[in-house]
Amino acid sequence: MITLDINGKTFETDADPDTPLLWVLRDHLGLTGTKYGCGKALCGACTVHLNGQPVRSCVMPVSAAANAKITTIEAVGESAVGKAVQDAWAAESVAQCGYCQSGQIMSATALLMTNKSPTDEDIDAAMSGNVCRCATYVRIRAAIKRAANALS
Amino acid sequence: MSNTTEQVVEVSRRDVLKGGAALTVAFFLPARGRATDGNADAAFAPNAFVRITPDDVVTVYAKHLEMGQGVYTGLATIVAEELDADWSQVRVEGAPANAKLYNNSAFGPMQGTGGSTSIANSWDQLRKAGATARALLVTAAAQRWGVPADEITVSRGKVEHAASKRSARFGELVAEAAKLPVPKDVKLKDPSQFTLIGKDTIRVDARDKANGTAMFTQDVRFPGMLTAAVVHPPRFGAKVKSFDAAKARAVKGVKTVVAFETPVRSGVAVLATDFWTAKKAAESIAVEWDETNAFRRSSADILAEYRELAKQPGRSARSEGDVEQAFKSAARVLEAVYEFPYLAHASMEPLNCVVRIGARECEVWNGEQFQTVDQASIARLLGLPPSNVRLHQLYAGGSFGRRANPKSDYLLEAVAIAKAAGVDVPVKLVWTREQDTRAGFYRPIYVHALKAGLDKDGNLIAWRHRIVGQSIMGEAALFGPPQAIDTTSVEGASTLPYSIPNLAVELHTTKVGVPVQWWRSVGSTHTAFSTECFLDEIARATGRDPYEFRRSLLSSKHSRHLAALDLVAEKSGWKNARPKDEVWGLALHESFNSVVAQVAQLKRLGDGFKLHKVVCAVDCGLAINPNIVAMQMESGIGYGLSAALTGAITLRDGVVEQGNFDDYPVLRMNQMPAVDVYIVPSQANPTGVGEPATPVIAPALANALATATGKPVYALPLSAQGITLA
Ligand code: FES
Ligand code: FES
Repeated sequence: MITLDINGKTFETDADPDTPLLWVLRDHLGLTGTKYGCGKALCGACTVHLNGQPVRSCVMPVSAAANAKITTIEAVGESAVGKAVQDAWAAESVAQCGYCQSGQIMSATALLMTNKSPTDEDIDAAMSGNVCRCATYVRIRAAIKRAANALS
Repeated sequence: MSNTTEQVVEVSRRDVLKGGAALTVAFFLPARGRATDGNADAAFAPNAFVRITPDDVVTVYAKHLEMGQGVYTGLATIVAEELDADWSQVRVEGAPANAKLYNNSAFGPMQGTGGSTSIANSWDQLRKAGATARALLVTAAAQRWGVPADEITVSRGKVEHAASKRSARFGELVAEAAKLPVPKDVKLKDPSQFTLIGKDTIRVDARDKANGTAMFTQDVRFPGMLTAAVVHPPRFGAKVKSFDAAKARAVKGVKTVVAFETPVRSGVAVLATDFWTAKKAAESIAVEWDETNAFRRSSADILAEYRELAKQPGRSARSEGDVEQAFKSAARVLEAVYEFPYLAHASMEPLNCVVRIGARECEVWNGEQFQTVDQASIARLLGLPPSNVRLHQLYAGGSFGRRANPKSDYLLEAVAIAKAAGVDVPVKLVWTREQDTRAGFYRPIYVHALKAGLDKDGNLIAWRHRIVGQSIMGEAALFGPPQAIDTTSVEGASTLPYSIPNLAVELHTTKVGVPVQWWRSVGSTHTAFSTECFLDEIARATGRDPYEFRRSLLSSKHSRHLAALDLVAEKSGWKNARPKDEVWGLALHESFNSVVAQVAQLKRLGDGFKLHKVVCAVDCGLAINPNIVAMQMESGIGYGLSAALTGAITLRDGVVEQGNFDDYPVLRMNQMPAVDVYIVPSQANPTGVGEPATPVIAPALANALATATGKPVYALPLSAQGITLA
């Protein structure tokens, strides 16, 4: 049994210790907001926060996440930054198919938690690991700036 | 367990069990016939697009798939406009499969989404559906209040009689309205009265897609559900000869291992309690393949064959004047050959679906793009009547054409697996990214050979365009027998808008053995590039401005082309001097009845270039939601740019060489240009926006690069030509 602290709640899982956190979240715990896109840390769809840091849950064995504070898209809106990001996402009409957006929002929130007014270069650096096949990048950029403004 | 997810699934399950019965309590409004007799099926009468319930919720049934293009919002906007609903009371649900009720009139008889037709083929239909509902609510109110109907107004979900100071919400009038006879003819609004159309209403899916609650097929879970991971053949056409699954079967959580075969693919599947268990077990299976009929060619060899074919005359797709004669008299002749690779759709959500086979029925949960085609294919495989195959519509994490698979490939695979396993619980088939990339159904390889003749004054007098490649329509075999000319192979070339006295378009249709499919903007993905790049090459050769040159070749018959071209020139400042460090390229193309013009603005950066901005003009008729039109232009530009920069599926000895985003790179944030979108003002019926921006960016960019470097681009992607942008 591995004990996980997810979104402030305690979960137990009997998944194999090498099972990626992504699949424990999705298939064992029913937290399906975190998405599978590539399984190889190439697309960012599976991004969650581990002790406030954005990580790709598809390549993180669940055993490595034990004892850490995990935040997923289901609860990111409980923080002021996460909420501002989600509001900005709706205001800028970012989402198209929406499949990548959980990961985008997790990465954007992590960026704004450490950088209150990111430049375009900061945004490129923080967000280029997150693929959006609908190419919503223009609006992601605008939404990050909108959220930064709302928070300042 | 997450309560939210379980609840969502439970709700949809209950709905399934109750079936249409839930609708009988509602005010259900087709234009002809309604469910007033307690017969649930009668509720599903033609034009069953609107339902209003006593809780004042207006539900719009979308016959089209929401795969990112914003169609749920667009369709609902049309209904809500004529209904005079308040936008906040509107919900959208995916309609069930029914070719009669939910036919796509642009290419039916079938229910399906594609060809950027959703809004165009729904426009009249949904206006009438909304107006009919409104008329009935007005009549109900008039009768209740004993006042003349024409003194009643409707606005934002409220029906009102000002003189007697009475008003009612829609929900309060449902019971009475449901008893009234449905009028045959209803009056539609004059566009000047529109309050929602033409406005940037918030998308109906904006919130759920920002908080993780939007349900994709990947997210569907049922108690007892099994997840299937598969082993696919290494080559198209290979079949399972034997397999050893002893190790896989011993894994805790694995329920069974089965071989499967569909008309498209043969393989082995592991069914387990969860994806990771199934995938790990699947990786331990040793399969021996029968490769007697396996495809073993390589991209290089296919291209070589096509280059040879392009030297010979093909079947005529368009012919005006006498090109060969004109070439003889021409003072100058230009020639160019363009090459295009296979492309995978690479939607963000790797393909997956959930199926449950019952005693005499089958249920499917999927982001369904080709409802009635899939329904029929599954029914055939299971020996059921199509009506016993029930499709539950979910959001799709992208598609770009892929989910409209003419062979229902991934759906049949899931059904074949569940059938082989002999289970009656829901089975979710999940492909890995690599399997999604290698499963075929690509945009085909094409080679184009173009030749132009100029007279002594540099006037363009002859144009010959030869195209070589597989036939998407022919191989789909969905729309009747194969045509001598597959119009989707030549569209954009055969419809060239420029006035050239001698013009020939020829086609060589090849047979290869790699499954191919429509890919966002279909034929235009390649014809826009070759025509617009070659046109620029002629302009450069004759010292003419690309904008003025195009203008000079467009007659007033092509007023929409002229409007888009002029708008993009005006907004980009084409006629002004460029900033010193910038080089611009222009392209213009019509697809799916919309015309798009783009200016790609390259900035010099050291030795290289950065695409820093794209100015885009579109004529798509009346823009239902200008913000969504802009989103689709941005999206098409990003998608087309991704393919232009790095998109290529290559085969070697029949094996697809790419698998994931490391070897099939896609556009990322740092590569996305700023995009300015301008919509040509129009009151004409709406036309497509999902695809038309896609094919224009590659030629606009290539034309900018050619201007900057003097070297035209003759093959895509740019990365294969050693060209990368900063
Ligand atoms: S699924 Fe984890 S980075 Fe793509
Ligand atoms: S919104 Fe579709 S992949 Fe990002």
